[in-house]
Amino acid sequence: MVFSNVLLVFMMSLQFGMYGLMIENSLKALTGHMQVQAHNYVDEQKMRQVVPNIVPLADTLREELGSKQVAARARAFVLASSDDRSYGIAVLGVEPGFEPEVSNIPGLVAKGRFLAADNGAEIVIGAVLARNLKVEIGDELTLLGSGLDGSFAAAIVTVVGIFDSGIAELDRSIAEIPLQHFQDTFFMDGAGHEIVVNAADINSAPALEAQVEVLLPDNEGLVVRDWNRLQPGLKQAIQADMSSSFFMYTVLVVLVAFSVLNTQLMSVLERTREFGIVMSLGMKPGRLGRLVLLETCLMGLLGAFLGAALGALLTAWFSTKGLIFPGMEELAQQFNLPPRMFPKITWLSLLAGPLVVLTFSLVAALYPAARMHWLQPVAAMRSAG
Amino acid sequence: MSMAVKCVELCKTYRQGDAEIKALDHLSLEIENGGFVCLSSPSGGGKTTLLNTIGGLDKPDSGEVWIAGKRIDQSSKSELAELRLRQIGFVFQAYNLIPVLSAQENVEFVMQLQGVGDAERGEKSQEVLKEVGLVGLENRRPAEMSGGQQQRVAVARAVVSRPALVLADEPTANLDSKAADSLMDLFTELNERHGTTFIIATHDQRVMAHVPRLVKMLDGRIVDDIQQQAN
Ligand SMILES: Nc1ncnc2c1ncn2[C@@H]1O[C@H](COP(=O)(O)OP(=O)(O)OP(=O)(O)O)[C@@H](O)[C@H]1O
Ligand SMILES: [Mg+2]
Repeated sequence: MVFSNVLLVFMMSLQFGMYGLMIENSLKALTGHMQVQAHNYVDEQKMRQVVPNIVPLADTLREELGSKQVAARARAFVLASSDDRSYGIAVLGVEPGFEPEVSNIPGLVAKGRFLAADNGAEIVIGAVLARNLKVEIGDELTLLGSGLDGSFAAAIVTVVGIFDSGIAELDRSIAEIPLQHFQDTFFMDGAGHEIVVNAADINSAPALEAQVEVLLPDNEGLVVRDWNRLQPGLKQAIQADMSSSFFMYTVLVVLVAFSVLNTQLMSVLERTREFGIVMSLGMKPGRLGRLVLLETCLMGLLGAFLGAALGALLTAWFSTKGLIFPGMEELAQQFNLPPRMFPKITWLSLLAGPLVVLTFSLVAALYPAARMHWLQPVAAMRSAG
Repeated sequence: MSMAVKCVELCKTYRQGDAEIKALDHLSLEIENGGFVCLSSPSGGGKTTLLNTIGGLDKPDSGEVWIAGKRIDQSSKSELAELRLRQIGFVFQAYNLIPVLSAQENVEFVMQLQGVGDAERGEKSQEVLKEVGLVGLENRRPAEMSGGQQQRVAVARAVVSRPALVLADEPTANLDSKAADSLMDLFTELNERHGTTFIIATHDQRVMAHVPRLVKMLDGRIVDDIQQQAN
């Protein structure tokens, strides 16, 4: 029983750790914990659904929130051409000074460097895109698209950095240029499309979201979207995974409950003769039943306590050391997880398993205890002891 | 005069496959307070069944059992347990000691159920273990004692809290004649000094010769009821 509790605690912690990592990792790339956008941007993603005066607004947010983890962006779909080839990509205008605070892409630049000048004709592209376009650091790219006003927009930029995020989608179709250069090229008139705001961690995101909400200017149709709204696939994936493991936990708990019932029953049946003796000596069946019940309760409590404690210890140990988890490659690829897992202890993962097992074992104790009431002393004493 | 034990038309039938075994067959018996009775029969005559029925461990199919003026054959298990705890001492044919407890702890167990204090328990159990000749074996477990020694622990346990009625099933079966004699002396002394009523089931000729009243059974019926001169 102790063992199965340990297992439950550990596995649930591992799983929550994995979800946490999945969320953090896929949000870290671009999405962030929340974004300020035009109210209909999330549904249509049209160029003209803008956040006006985006840089001053981002500055205000940084100042009011006392946090550097705020960065403005603009986004456009362009045709990127090298000497040899052309590809359709999403180009992001980012603030070179602040983008590293909200995204891990600047840190993932494997060749060259990240954007430096606020208004340089520079571009950072993904590794797959670089390969597709057959460009290297120092090569030039032509970007063709349409500006905010619908007019033709074009720019020539120099590749200064190539990032390798490991997420094929990003590496193939994303490029970043300085926001100011973006605004000039696409005739944005100071506008952008999203301000990414990150909280200290994902749990404090909702509180921060409320704060940001208050700081937004009125009458411009701006809203804050949380990560769940921005990337709905993520939560669905987690929920699907959770429901399949819920099934697994249920099976495990039922198994444990039956083994507890079995152990309890055996230990009572084994002592049938002793129970017969003490009843023949004048112990009342009720008292005997209560003793049996008490015994199981203590055993159950001890099992739950030890299980939770050992499980927590084990989890704590692995949460500093990490755990290599085979068979996770697929998920890991999809959500950009490292191969090493760090389980995460939460009250839920710590207590849910042991509590359910405890409840089951108490229920399981009722039968043996009730059995004392219909035990016949003579028959009981006759049974081999 | 109120009877210590009164049995009226007791019947108890066991079914063994097709055969019906009448362990008690319309058996009636009265034993007055302070009586000292020996039940004897060939093996399978129903002695154990009768003792169990009197002690409320077994329910008769029909008939009445009265203990100290109170009818018990319809009582609940709790009431019967209480009755055994306060008024009856059992010596079982199979000893029925609690294997995990030492000799002394076995003897003290009943007093513990009765709620007797620690000091008194220790004193009484020491005393009674001395009476049955088990000094020095107090801390042995049942498995570490001979049959005769276990039997004497069972006797000590039955008499330690001075019950009004002692039901003893073959208490001398595993004892040599010297130990059997001293056990019977102990019973006689308790009977005379405290007025304890004894019902002893036995095959043992020496025991039968020893007692004032001998009840002979056969196939669940009483076939002879003899008042003897004490010797
Ligand atoms: N639980 C039982 N199931 C079936 N038959 C039983 C049961 N208990 C007793 N009997 C039968 O009832 C009869 C009386 O048994 P009981 O044990 O009372 O005899 P006894 O006089 O004590 O015998 P012994 O001298 O061998 O101890 C026997 O024939 C026995 O086989
Ligand atoms: Mg017998």
